[in-house]
Amino acid sequence: MPTRIAPLAITAFTATSALGQGRAAHADALGSDRGGLVPNDFTGASLPCAIGRVAGLESNVVPPAFAPYDCRNNRLAWTALVADDFLNAARAAIERYGAERVALIVGTSTSSIGATEEGYRTLDGDRLPEHLRRPALHTPHSPGLFLQAVLGTRGPCLTVATACSSSAKIFAKAERMIRVGLVDAAILGGVDTLCDSVLFGFNALELVSPEPCRPFDRARSGISIGEAAGFALVEREGDARAPRLVGYGESSDAHHMSTPHPEGLGARLALADALARAGLEPDDVDYVNLHGTATSKNDEVEAALLADVFPTRTRASGTKGFTGHALGAAGILEAVLTLLAMQEGVVPATLNSREAEPVCAAHLAIEREERAIRVALSNSFGFGGSNCTLAFAAGAAA
Amino acid sequence: MDALLVQIDGIGFWTPGVPDWAAFKRALESGEILAIDATARPSPAALPPAERRRAPESVLIASEAAGQACAMAARDPATLAGIFTSTHGDLSITDAMCATLAADPRELSPTRFHNSVHNAPAGYWTVAAQCHKSATAISAAHGSFAAALIEAAVEVHAEGEPVLLVAYDIAARGPVAEVAPSALSFAVAFVLSLAREASTLLRLSLRSSARAANDDVPSSLARLASNPMAAQAVPLLAAIAARRRTTIELPAGDGTSLDVEVTP
Repeated sequence: MPTRIAPLAITAFTATSALGQGRAAHADALGSDRGGLVPNDFTGASLPCAIGRVAGLESNVVPPAFAPYDCRNNRLAWTALVADDFLNAARAAIERYGAERVALIVGTSTSSIGATEEGYRTLDGDRLPEHLRRPALHTPHSPGLFLQAVLGTRGPCLTVATACSSSAKIFAKAERMIRVGLVDAAILGGVDTLCDSVLFGFNALELVSPEPCRPFDRARSGISIGEAAGFALVEREGDARAPRLVGYGESSDAHHMSTPHPEGLGARLALADALARAGLEPDDVDYVNLHGTATSKNDEVEAALLADVFPTRTRASGTKGFTGHALGAAGILEAVLTLLAMQEGVVPATLNSREAEPVCAAHLAIEREERAIRVALSNSFGFGGSNCTLAFAAGAAA
Repeated sequence: MDALLVQIDGIGFWTPGVPDWAAFKRALESGEILAIDATARPSPAALPPAERRRAPESVLIASEAAGQACAMAARDPATLAGIFTSTHGDLSITDAMCATLAADPRELSPTRFHNSVHNAPAGYWTVAAQCHKSATAISAAHGSFAAALIEAAVEVHAEGEPVLLVAYDIAARGPVAEVAPSALSFAVAFVLSLAREASTLLRLSLRSSARAANDDVPSSLARLASNPMAAQAVPLLAAIAARRRTTIELPAGDGTSLDVEVTP
């Protein structure tokens, strides 16, 4: 087991999703059970399902100075970056520490492949159309290239792409870089936009629900896909009131590319690792934001693990009924929702779900609950058997 | 940044016509122009026979290099956390998937879709190796190799355990090849651990750099530079193979380069 880590201050954070732009929109949604899923109006070909779509991306181009990076995914990154004054907080950190002492770590699953898809739909002979012949749009690091151009960091800059655990794992990368003394702060971002690859890909795997997703419901029927972006600034020190990253655990299922381990072995290892780094016992945990995709298998495995490890005083919910599954952005989106739940003293509802899987019924908050949350976890699991659990603690004076 | 010191316990190498590290050293020493059969594919012993037949090319070449590196390091692959990096991901799958989506999106194959994730090589590798450690797939465009060296060295130091690094790109196909050029397939792998002096040492320092890194691929190996990962990695690999004490400057992204001081 790993040794305990020193907590990192999360000195700024924000998210943009189908719930709206910025923290207030997300806190309001959690506090009023307002979901963001709508009938699919995104795909050219018909696909009856619910999606979490961010309004306004079609017209909200990136600033002219960064025009070569303009595409739906980088527009969403920009929309999220400027919310809650995050861009200025990030720039202030770069000014404070120096550009070489700040890492920029981005998580995404599909990056800007939507632009590649568009190019193939509108080929100019056997070439991409001229306006899409931009190498920065057709590579997994597209959001990293864009954000580094905007921010001007000169520390390590990389994109983590481990499917649906991507933007959870970036917190682990940041903690290690800070601990070994490579940098003093890290700007963390996660961004994934709707595209045909994921909508028709998950549909081909028969994992897309025809209705808004119902995590952990006995009658759940699969995922709803959403788009989202989120950012967090992590530093060694910060205001006492700032929430803390206190632990994380990463693991591999070593089982199958797109099916979770039947006993949740990898998820269990990630959870144990996160608790050990945080110096916590299961009984210390007030809230778990579950991965909760609403697929039959994920929720079955995760529900059993929840019930096996935690006492029923630990409350749990899945928030993908609010936002849809934001895939590579899910890790940071749900980290932000977890931090907002702590800030607001609200255990979010498991929206759209009505009757919980019996195994986790005693833990699962189907309906919103008002209560203090001092310590919380967030789970993210992805294709390739990639698992990550994050542990957060409320700030001292919160 | 503070320098990070690691040692190399094992190296794996694969490109068409140069199937392992010993072959790479011979090719380098001979100074002869590389003969490359671009249709060659490895058959990695690390994968089960069924996967050797049907796995995507990116998985094959990454697993081949990874298996070689673990064997040279005499490390059980199940015990190693992994950092997998690629400039562009599996461009063959990107091409096929985008072509299908443009023609009839409902014809997309579920297997092709789950193989399209950037961490497919990491996923297949951990399944085959029965490895439950963290495996992370990253990219940093033309700074991907430097980013993976940094990330692997950080994990070595932070966790105190050896780490497997795998860097690869396959040949590009179709319209995407114009914007993500790659003319052949290439993979390299290292097992890195805390430095104990008994082995080749790498000292890594990231710094701001106004100019692009300019270490060249040896002229006899110039053909390799048509692969983006080889273009990044081969200058360092050539120094390691020739047991040269030198500092190699790797491109590490916008305005930065990674100095890698090699001590044979």
